[in-house]
Amino acid sequence: MTIQYNPEKRIPHPALWGVLYRSSTPFWEGAKQKELRLQRCKGCGAFLHPPRPMCPHCLSAESEWVRAKGKGKVYSWVTYHESPNPAFKAPYAVVLVELEEGPRIVSNMIDTKPEDIYIGMPVEVVFDDVGQDLILPKFKKAG
Amino acid sequence: MFDQYLARRYRTTTRPRKEDYLVRDNAAIVGIGATEFSRDSGRSEIQMACEAIKAAVEDAGLRMEDIDGMVRFAMDFTDEMHLISALGIPELSYFAECGYGGGASCATVMHAAAAVVTGMANYVVCYRTMNERSGRRYGHTPGVGFVKTTPSDHFGYIMPFGLTSAPIWVAMFATRYMYEYGVRPEQLGWVSVVFREHACRNPKAMFYGRPITLQDYLNSRMIVEPLRLYDCCVDTDGAVALIVTTAERAKDLKQRPAYILGATQGTATEGETMTSYYRPRITIIPESWYTAQELWRVTGVRPEDVDVVQFYDAFTCLVPMQLEEYGFCEPGEGSAFCEGGDRIRIGGELPCNTSGGHLSEAYIHGMNLIAEAVRQIRGTSTAQVPDVELSLVTGGLGVPTSAILLRK
Repeated sequence: MTIQYNPEKRIPHPALWGVLYRSSTPFWEGAKQKELRLQRCKGCGAFLHPPRPMCPHCLSAESEWVRAKGKGKVYSWVTYHESPNPAFKAPYAVVLVELEEGPRIVSNMIDTKPEDIYIGMPVEVVFDDVGQDLILPKFKKAG
Repeated sequence: MFDQYLARRYRTTTRPRKEDYLVRDNAAIVGIGATEFSRDSGRSEIQMACEAIKAAVEDAGLRMEDIDGMVRFAMDFTDEMHLISALGIPELSYFAECGYGGGASCATVMHAAAAVVTGMANYVVCYRTMNERSGRRYGHTPGVGFVKTTPSDHFGYIMPFGLTSAPIWVAMFATRYMYEYGVRPEQLGWVSVVFREHACRNPKAMFYGRPITLQDYLNSRMIVEPLRLYDCCVDTDGAVALIVTTAERAKDLKQRPAYILGATQGTATEGETMTSYYRPRITIIPESWYTAQELWRVTGVRPEDVDVVQFYDAFTCLVPMQLEEYGFCEPGEGSAFCEGGDRIRIGGELPCNTSGGHLSEAYIHGMNLIAEAVRQIRGTSTAQVPDVELSLVTGGLGVPTSAILLRK
């Protein structure tokens, strides 16, 4: 099952990303180009997610954005049985995916029923154009 | 630099000397006041704040003009200017606010205690007022305006995926916690059942007179799997206020003082507001662990010395997790500790949330829990534990948190 949106209600997302969320801009620009990008420290090579202005491991302020493989495993999941927001139609699941590179990201599953999701499930990234100028990296069960 | 956090080593060598901790035994909570707890207060948050503060001042045997300090929640919608004008407080020499939602609860007392022992104020009010049921319900998504203006990166990585409210933020931890430790739903259910038992002894509790069984718990509808309705706290309208002063002044007041043995705050690295999912492990709560380590250090108390606890129980799973983080049991053993309920109910080895807690008394962002901890010291709880010497309260968690240990 794919998450059902209510087209008449806005998906809550920060409208001021371009200003307040500058350190995340490459992530969302990458999604528009169907690339899952991660911030990596140029000093020590550590992946940083969420993005940081400085690497907490080596205190380098130099970082780069690299394309992640887009493969990982479900680390945790939840299923909403009552929608907390009119933009989303319940039931729907949210997953926490641990990527092969190490970082975890919050996302949804495509074409998967909530009851079929399990911890350790292998997944790979797909990109979902949800409108409102927003393309979200989501996941499907890996073959 | 992450060694301390990853290995959970507590570096006492980097901390101030224990003898320099001035709060210990030098401050006390001397007044508590509250409105009724309801689903629709029918009045403004600031009016309820006034009522609770007036009740706390009267409870302490003080006059309103004695108040010269105030500590509020950063998340509160009232402010000192309006409050002191309505209450007729002549002036404040100390005012502060504490951040991170319910994580502020015990922190307000810590800041008040710091103010009185350092001579910045004599009598400090701490308060929280919220029409959380009839007004802004936290179970529902924060307004889009909030999301637009919150100056942090982290909401952008969760909101568009529908991860939009407190129950789901905590549920993500709960799924993993239950998976790693083999926790069964009924083990969490006992937390809900026992706290409801306690609420049924408390006529002020929202669920007074409405006991539940374990089967009722299991039958309750799923809100966000794995959390059921009875895993979640009760949205409440109400206000609670506390008065803090020095131990010396406390001796001459109306009530038996609840002396503050220790009050601590804590953050941990790689934390997010409610969604610290990016750490090496998410079945631990490093903020709570660190706050606990600090508390045990400055007080010299061990967990086994504590007589009664009010855990911040916005959701049932947070109780076993805190039992582990505060050192009442080993990691992974918290849910077994709660199973059957005998160890956490009145008469058990560690009676918890004796007013019914957030799950069944009221959810006033931790402040009603502090009031109950004070009643346990005074001997006036409706579910009184005999001979209480040490009474622990914890603040909201999953965010930077706080805790206080009170003594008779």
